[in-house]
Amino acid sequence: MSIEIPTINLTNIGPLITLSVAGLLLLLVDAFSIKGTKKGYFHQISLVAVVIAVLQTIWLWGRNEMDFSRMIYVDNYSFFFYLIFLLGTGVSILLSVRYLENYNKNYGEYYALMLFAAVGMMLMAAGGNLVTIFLGVEILSIPIYIMAGMFREDLKSNESALKYLLLGAFSSAFLLFGIAMLYGATGTFFLEDIAKVIKSGGMNALTYMGLGLLIVGLGFKVSLAPFHMWTPDVYEGAPTSVTAFMSVGTKAAAFAVFLRIFMDVFPTVRMDWDMLLWVLAVATMTVGNVTALAQTNIKRMLAYSSIAHAGYILIGMIAGNQLGAIGILYYLVAYTLMNLGAFGVVILVSRKKDSYLNIYDYSGLGFQYPGLALVMSVFMFGLVGMPPTAGFIGKFYIFSAAIEANYIWLVLIGVVNSLISVYYYLRITVIMYMKPAEADLGPVDMNATMTTTLIASAVAVLIIGIFPSSVFNLALSSVKIFGS
Amino acid sequence: MVMPITYYLALSCALFAIGVIGVLIRRNAIIIFMCIEMMLNAVNLSLVAFSDYYKAIDGQMLVFFVMVVAAAEVAVGLALIYVIFRNKGTVYVDELNIMKW
Repeated sequence: MSIEIPTINLTNIGPLITLSVAGLLLLLVDAFSIKGTKKGYFHQISLVAVVIAVLQTIWLWGRNEMDFSRMIYVDNYSFFFYLIFLLGTGVSILLSVRYLENYNKNYGEYYALMLFAAVGMMLMAAGGNLVTIFLGVEILSIPIYIMAGMFREDLKSNESALKYLLLGAFSSAFLLFGIAMLYGATGTFFLEDIAKVIKSGGMNALTYMGLGLLIVGLGFKVSLAPFHMWTPDVYEGAPTSVTAFMSVGTKAAAFAVFLRIFMDVFPTVRMDWDMLLWVLAVATMTVGNVTALAQTNIKRMLAYSSIAHAGYILIGMIAGNQLGAIGILYYLVAYTLMNLGAFGVVILVSRKKDSYLNIYDYSGLGFQYPGLALVMSVFMFGLVGMPPTAGFIGKFYIFSAAIEANYIWLVLIGVVNSLISVYYYLRITVIMYMKPAEADLGPVDMNATMTTTLIASAVAVLIIGIFPSSVFNLALSSVKIFGS
Repeated sequence: MVMPITYYLALSCALFAIGVIGVLIRRNAIIIFMCIEMMLNAVNLSLVAFSDYYKAIDGQMLVFFVMVVAAAEVAVGLALIYVIFRNKGTVYVDELNIMKW
């Protein structure tokens, strides 16, 4: 008897290897650096790793194969998501440095955990097998549980981490049960083979159950409406830099899986189930936007806004055509930039130790710090979806995809929801420019890293909003793998 | 005698349901954790049953991964519960209400 050793090509997972090695290296550097010396190398090491991973991804661009015994898709779709994750990770690292130093928490493991979480996201986007996807979900989630509880002495951070952990583990169990049911129905974990079995044999009770549980599990991760209860608490309590990271990363990764499963494996089911997803999308948008109106804590408000954005993105999935898929990818890029930027401003304005998180603490910001207020306005206009920002183009693609697929009512509800969101996003702008400062809150710590990052994100939001074609073309070549 | 697969499935679904109910009604964080473990083990049972049914081993392979992940989750979770107990002196989730739950 002979054993056939599968051939693998390690360059295909180059970005993942780079980030994993860098994470381990950070842990070692942290462990072996002399006590009391200033530890300043962590973010440099992790940023270098992120840049190398970006270069590797660009170098890989264009490959279309499967590797590691079909466990990993090596295609432009995964690469596009790699770039989104790396963008999110890189910007989050830049936003974290000064924030953590203020808290005396600039530990190496923070950056290591962030890189490991990014590896988990990449595994989710590239997974060709439900096992890989499940492991990706966990590699993403467990570091984020720890990061949310990073401020050990802070009760809010403790509470947020425990809530996230309990509900995250709860949702993973649903996801896993769904995977088991799909395995029971089809006898395989490979997405390709599941697709074949379903194409030839159709759906049965087990497949429906599996798919339903899968939607519940992933719905928790992207915070769709009935499963969104954890989002505001976790986002509010976690360190702001961690909130920024998880609000963009987790969402993008879970949508990567969602989209691949629905477009590739269950294309027929998507049409039968559009009613269910329709209801989910409408509920998500409405709950997110209406509840955000009542919030006075800016982190909580951004948490509800991120729920609403998950609803908009779901519209693209319901549309289910190529433009919808492109819209989702484009929207995720725009959302990553805008949301990280908004949280960056929140970090700056909250000053030391998160003292000022109320929206009225922004009053008079337009006069005291015109640049900061301008940048915040760009992000707020972007999140509303006003031209000429990237948020507008993203919504435009998603809504036109839905119209193309004849979901007129869904688009109408989406537009009404965008109008509702104008109120709470622009309220921030109004407070910044129209209200005098209520009290002297002390100076904002404008350091070079933060300001450069924020300005770069704001400029990027405007540039890809005014010239969307480059991102559009990248997204187009990424979604070509989905037939039709 | 061969047990039909439906028996395993019924047991697995029952265990999973008990776990879900436990998570929803219990207030002690450690017991909630145990209920989540029960849900994961219910999944493991159905995976092993399906794996035997199809005479394929990939289901059993996933069981090992699930065990590893469950262990990692518990390690993080117990550490967090410990920190909360030290800071606040309670592990009941309804007393963790600084933020609106």
